[in-house]
Amino acid sequence: MSVLQQVLANKEAEVLSAWIAEQASDRTLQKGGSKSDALKEQSAELLGALREGVQQGNGEDIQAPGWTRTREILTDISAHLIKRGLTPAEVATFVFSLKRPLFQLVQTATAKTPEVLANELWTTNQLLDRLGLFITEVALESREKTISRQQTEMLELSTPVVKLWDGILALPLIGTLDSERTQIVMENLLQEIVRTGAGLAIIDITGVPTVDTLVAQHLLKTVAAARLMGAECIISGIRPQIASTIVHLGVDLGDVSTKATLADAFAVALRKLHLMVARMPHSGTSTE
Amino acid sequence: MERIPILKMGSFLLVTVQVDMHDQLAMNLQSDLTDKIVSAKARGVLIDISALDIVDSFIGRMLGNIASMSRILDAETVVVGMQPAVAITLVELGLALTGVRTALNIEKGMDLLRASIG
Repeated sequence: MSVLQQVLANKEAEVLSAWIAEQASDRTLQKGGSKSDALKEQSAELLGALREGVQQGNGEDIQAPGWTRTREILTDISAHLIKRGLTPAEVATFVFSLKRPLFQLVQTATAKTPEVLANELWTTNQLLDRLGLFITEVALESREKTISRQQTEMLELSTPVVKLWDGILALPLIGTLDSERTQIVMENLLQEIVRTGAGLAIIDITGVPTVDTLVAQHLLKTVAAARLMGAECIISGIRPQIASTIVHLGVDLGDVSTKATLADAFAVALRKLHLMVARMPHSGTSTE
Repeated sequence: MERIPILKMGSFLLVTVQVDMHDQLAMNLQSDLTDKIVSAKARGVLIDISALDIVDSFIGRMLGNIASMSRILDAETVVVGMQPAVAITLVELGLALTGVRTALNIEKGMDLLRASIG
């Protein structure tokens, strides 16, 4: 029976109280709610699982089946701490804070035999390091999952194609245009052109933060595709900075007509359809 | 040899592509069409590709060539009814068909021709 095994089996309560004291004194873990009962309970559970894992003699390979319970508890704890706003590195300190209490007890148990002490410290250290790395990985994984979920949600955020008038569509773009989004935007626009039979489409880029060569290219592609379907495009909502970026980058917008605001573009579109907006006569007396 | 029919409507020629275009068919269409423009003294050509699901780079270039040739023979060409997927493919292939006029459907294409020829 290894010393670590003995320590965990005989002095579990001692380790736990020392560990909880250690957690309470650690500032990052305080942020994670080290004083809360939930974390204390989880610490106790983890220590129990650790004892079982060590007893089953699985050594340091924490992917072995004997460590399943430990891994599960670590996953729970990581989720708990991440939710409280800790970074993955701070989550790892939770596991590392077990080092000092454990080392001290191992040390007292083997004080008379330095070789055994060194050996035991090494194995214990390695085990705790692996557990620390594992919990970091779990924490990172959960973050990555959140990020990828948000990405798909952003794609799902539809880019609506709005009908402004008979034969005039508007496409208000918001956010950066990457290839994937351009594809969706293009498909939506073309489908709407087919559905409504519109001959004019206004692409409004007021909500596009920056226009670099790639974004410009994507815009031009959309315009070209709409033209192939027989619809003319007007790009509107070009801010002064964007105009200067476009020129500095040497992007050639070709013969695409551009307007500063959506209203200007709409006016142009109306004129192209030989329509006009007129003030109603007697507008002042209409509410009598 | 199979050919794509070319119909005469007044001073316009109407070409409706109903089958998948292969290269030889497109070449035949090109030569037939130029002959017909001259013999019928046509002023406008309407090419309906609404039944085409696939247009490759060769066919795309062919459409461009036909438009340029017709223009030399003093006839306007309008390509109508392109499918959204086809439009996206052509743009991705870098073929924006800048020299070709386009319209959503036959009706709009006819309006366009009438307006430009008068």
